[in-house]
Amino acid sequence: MIRSRVAAVEGWFTLDDVEPHLLGGRCDACGTVVFPKAGVACPNPACGGTELAEVPLSRRGKIWSLTRNCYQPPPPYVAADPFEPYAVAAVELAHEKLVVLGQLDLEGRDFEAVRVGDEVELVLGPLFDDGEAEHIVWKWRPV
Amino acid sequence: MTSDHDVAILGVGMHPWGKWGRNFVEYGLVAARAALDDAEVAWGDIGFVSGAETIRNGYPGFVAGATFAQALGWQGAPVASSYAACASGSTALNAARAQILAGLCDVALVVGADTTPKGFLAPTSGERRDDPDWLRFRLLGATNPTYFGLYARRRIDLYGATERDFAAVKVKNARHGLTNPNARYRKEVTEEEVLASPIVSHPLHLLDICATSDGAAAVVLSSLDYARARGVADPVRVAAVSTVTPTYPNTVIEMPNFATDSAAVTALPTETFRDSIAARAYDEAALGPDDLDIAEVYDLSSALELDWYENIGLCKEGEAEKLLRDGDTTLGGRVPVNPSGGLACFGEAVPAQALAQVCELTCQLRGQAGDRQVDGARVGLTINQGLFGHGSSVIVRR
Repeated sequence: MIRSRVAAVEGWFTLDDVEPHLLGGRCDACGTVVFPKAGVACPNPACGGTELAEVPLSRRGKIWSLTRNCYQPPPPYVAADPFEPYAVAAVELAHEKLVVLGQLDLEGRDFEAVRVGDEVELVLGPLFDDGEAEHIVWKWRPV
Repeated sequence: MTSDHDVAILGVGMHPWGKWGRNFVEYGLVAARAALDDAEVAWGDIGFVSGAETIRNGYPGFVAGATFAQALGWQGAPVASSYAACASGSTALNAARAQILAGLCDVALVVGADTTPKGFLAPTSGERRDDPDWLRFRLLGATNPTYFGLYARRRIDLYGATERDFAAVKVKNARHGLTNPNARYRKEVTEEEVLASPIVSHPLHLLDICATSDGAAAVVLSSLDYARARGVADPVRVAAVSTVTPTYPNTVIEMPNFATDSAAVTALPTETFRDSIAARAYDEAALGPDDLDIAEVYDLSSALELDWYENIGLCKEGEAEKLLRDGDTTLGGRVPVNPSGGLACFGEAVPAQALAQVCELTCQLRGQAGDRQVDGARVGLTINQGLFGHGSSVIVRR
């Protein structure tokens, strides 16, 4: 049986297994970047621009900070059964000069060995499976 | 010391924090009546009612100002209700202060009360794919302690803080709140007990993170003239209320956001959002960190209390652990922080919490804080931050 594979949220990242990108918005007028793109106007108070163009964000960044959640969060998070702890990282993108969150794909690495400042890259991974489809989300993986 | 912006705190009242399982209106009524009694002001004389909204993780759930006015018995006073997440109480206080300073009323009642569910604060049910607060739970499992964990871990990697340092904050606050009749948890805790409690969001343990509680707090505010006419010559005064929003670009990741603002095309502001909350309060009161005798800071986590030491200017960035270990922020030290026991002993009752901070400082400045009294306290500061770019700081003085 071929099960479908869908993005857990529409339009926030490319479903590209080799080189996925987060999709942000860039202001046509001042060039500032936002993530997610959902904003209605440029957030720069000195600008006043109203058009944000879709722009792929850098695939690599450095860890600003990280944590690991050991308690099952409430819905709408869909937890594995049995629940498994998961790590979350805040990652600095040098070019865009912003920090963006994502689950941390440790790939068997020891959480304790990952540090603030470590380099990570964007990957896609499963968020949950509802029996009909595998829901995919972006994650950060230590390089 | 006084200025033409000062208003008098005539009375304060609280309903004890706990998990009582009753309606928030009941708690608010108890706190409101206690504040009116303390002020020796009749409910019928109140010219304005300001309520901090009871919420569920960011959403106004119930009417506030009018609900409390009805519970006390309709007497015709105008009302306002304020929602500003964790800063709701200060925003309600500021609404009342503005009425008094504008000469629109002489005496006002401010009330905040909450009933909380067990466990994590969570979004209300329903599928809301355009709401970042819903999406952060869905896509990341980013609970509030997730963000607290990020801030705490950064202290470890940047400044060499340890889990034991964070535990020491809890130990201090637990000791401070031991005999506070309004605190929910009144029990000494050791560093070992904190470190032995389960990890919630690494590096924070269960005992590092504040619970959610039921509770209520109320304040009666008046003009200085009204206080004087009632024979209160030297009331505790509100000298400043800061309810600033961030300045773009806000480069610290905050609930419920997925990303910070970008600093790519705009120079960084000279101070962070948290710094600016305190700075604007200091500006308004024409005071600085060296003037503080006492502070109530929002210890949603033990580690976050250390961040606040730096944000309110008690020490430089990266030096908070030393300030704590030197005993400066412990009762008996240079600037006791969270003499009430803080959120560590109270747990958070969102719309009541910022008012509870003001109640504690008022008791302290009146010299009525009993075992936890800070001798000779004349200037105190509260500070907090919540979701959606809300934060507040109140300075009281005598």
